Amino acid sequence: MERIDVVIVGGGLGGLACAYCLAKEGIQVLVLERGDHPGSKNVTGGRIYLRPLKPFLPELLDEAPLERLVTKEAITMMGDGSSFTLQFTSEKFREETPHSYTILRSRFDKWFGERVMDRGGFVVPQRRVTELLKEDGRVVGVVSEGEEIPADVVIIADGALSLFAQKAGLRGPLPPRNAAVGIKEVVKLQPEVIEERFGLKPGEGMAHLFFGSITHGAFGGGFLYTNSDTISLGLVIGIESFLKTQPPTETHRLLEEFKEREEVAHFIRGGELVEYSAHLIPEGGRTLLSRPYGDGILVVGDAAGFALNMGITVRGMEFALASGCMAAQAVKRAKETGDFSASSLAYYEDLLRESFILQDMETFRDSLEVVENPRLFNFYPRWLCNILEEIFWIGEGPKEKISSTLWRGIKEGIFNIAGLKDVWRFRRI
Amino acid sequence: MDPASKLALDAFKNDKETHIHIKQEICKDCAERHCLYICPGGLYSINEDTGELLIEYAGCLECGSCLVACPYGALEWNYPRGGFGVQYRYG
Repeated sequence: MERIDVVIVGGGLGGLACAYCLAKEGIQVLVLERGDHPGSKNVTGGRIYLRPLKPFLPELLDEAPLERLVTKEAITMMGDGSSFTLQFTSEKFREETPHSYTILRSRFDKWFGERVMDRGGFVVPQRRVTELLKEDGRVVGVVSEGEEIPADVVIIADGALSLFAQKAGLRGPLPPRNAAVGIKEVVKLQPEVIEERFGLKPGEGMAHLFFGSITHGAFGGGFLYTNSDTISLGLVIGIESFLKTQPPTETHRLLEEFKEREEVAHFIRGGELVEYSAHLIPEGGRTLLSRPYGDGILVVGDAAGFALNMGITVRGMEFALASGCMAAQAVKRAKETGDFSASSLAYYEDLLRESFILQDMETFRDSLEVVENPRLFNFYPRWLCNILEEIFWIGEGPKEKISSTLWRGIKEGIFNIAGLKDVWRFRRI
Repeated sequence: MDPASKLALDAFKNDKETHIHIKQEICKDCAERHCLYICPGGLYSINEDTGELLIEYAGCLECGSCLVACPYGALEWNYPRGGFGVQYRYG
């Protein structure tokens, strides 16, 4: 095949955003996607925050096939047979510039691939890349299903596992500590039922996170997002911490237990299960890659570890989209000088550093150490639920003063070495 | 609901060949068997007669968690060929 400007490994958000921005600049771009169409191998919780993307993809997202505008946020701490829910809503979520939407990736990425084609980019499905083409240590293209495809720049956008960032020598295998597995079910329900059940206006949605005893002490938690006519629900489980949990329980069994909890069961009652999926999520990713560029190569999105778990908010998709756009900017500049070496493509990292991506990742660089603390999953939710249970419970005997119950609880939970250490640790988020 | 019944709801286009190769010589000395617990599809099992580790590659969701979880590098793990494997309709 003739040499082209850019070949992109993977038609997910990072790859497609890069292709879209390149095609807009009239740069030749070919996206190789191993699935039947972009999105057919992708999974999200999930929700996407739109505001960080405005400078990068201003016009695109207005017409995108998103699910529901998130106007309700909820977090539930799960004890063994009890739970405590915080729910938040704000008119601010309804401002004209949208804040966050729930999203289904098969639908969204397929649509996005079509927009890339509209702009003159090529998205070729059912094509798996098998090797990188190298010349004197430089990446000069890819091999796909036996065919050599030479290119000035290769964009690695193959997701969290990123076998190709490894092949390029930019990172090692994904360590269990830096990976979580997300498992999810999509449950079909009538839009009106969703709106009534969650107390939502038409077109509006809810994002609900759960943590506590549901992961048996492992780092992670549950999630539930309302889509237009489905509900996405599942678990995210930190792999290293899961493997240390005794006795071991299968991931799929944890999901079943989560669904059987009354706090969750009533949301999906009468719904029809229409899909079961799983995907890896990078955690604490900045440490994964020495640098997201090399000679003739750039790494974007999950493949570069651009994802952030801040405990109550989990982000990745907007990082993938924005990093794809920045990679396109770096390629455009390199093309002007004809220099595709690592030192020229290093401009990509400058752009990342000036943007929310590396700034947020720097601000929250220690968040993994905070959020993987086992006490967050096996002590505090149970502790809080026990205090509340005592407060609400009226038994046969005389009742203790509420202030005494609270004070005893605080002493047990926070005014001791482990508790104070945890409070001190929280300053890092 | 067991994982097999859930996988039956997904759209799969299965290749004739497996994309996951197991190095039995490594697995036979493994005590942890993390793969049996981590796989969301519950696709790993032990053959009771031979003690060999088995994988039902046809139901693989391609998450790669088994590869990350295996401490001994016993899996030669690739994505299925282009156009094969799971095809999510919702994602």
